[in-house]
Amino acid sequence: MTVRKIEPRSVVIERELPHAPEKIWRALTEPHLMEEWLMANDFKPAVGHGFKLTADWGAVDCKVLAVEPPRTLSYTWAAYGLKSTVTWTLTPAGAGTHLRMEQSGFMPEQEQAYQGAKAGWPRFLAALEQLLARTG
Amino acid sequence: MPAAPDAVFKSLADPTRRAIFERLCRAGEQTVWRLTEEAGVSQPAVSKHLRQLKRAGLVRLRRSGRETHYRAEPKALRPLLDWMGVYAAFWRQRFDALEDLLKRMDQ
Repeated sequence: MTVRKIEPRSVVIERELPHAPEKIWRALTEPHLMEEWLMANDFKPAVGHGFKLTADWGAVDCKVLAVEPPRTLSYTWAAYGLKSTVTWTLTPAGAGTHLRMEQSGFMPEQEQAYQGAKAGWPRFLAALEQLLARTG
Repeated sequence: MPAAPDAVFKSLADPTRRAIFERLCRAGEQTVWRLTEEAGVSQPAVSKHLRQLKRAGLVRLRRSGRETHYRAEPKALRPLLDWMGVYAAFWRQRFDALEDLLKRMDQ
């Protein structure tokens, strides 16, 4: 079977955490806490709110799609011409929480944005490579 | 024929080559001569970088008289759309940082 068109693809990370969903929800949605584990940001838990995640290698443009405390959080994730959606799902599990992150629908942004962004890609890739080298 | 992501990554890992590629993306078609003026390295060094970029499919050349013109081939970046591996590593690291934070937070 040959599939020629670009298929939506996804990255899924899941972990069992010994913390209550409400506490994890705070870490996922309060800007000063988000900054500690993700990136500096101007996030607000409001559907339709546009926000930026910033790091020394550049910025990610995001827009809130869904907020259902303390169960589901979803936002778009656009960086260097590549657009995707990040969805967090929190499910109570015993005394803790099953936390699931899915990043899906990797697609080029509209052609214009893609053209505008392509020059920045090498820099972004270099930063990611350095990050991965540090992580090992 | 699209190059393997490895070849593209490797090719862009060198800062001088990356600068040449970025310049071609921004400024459009350029001669080796013009690129050498900007690059801060010798013409043979620029030519060598261009050959490596060409092998990775990142640039195309067009000969016109005695001049060789190079242009960026952004389509060659397509393999990099398959970034799932990169993002998976990114998120695993973020999850570790999140766990550290949760341990430090009050209930």
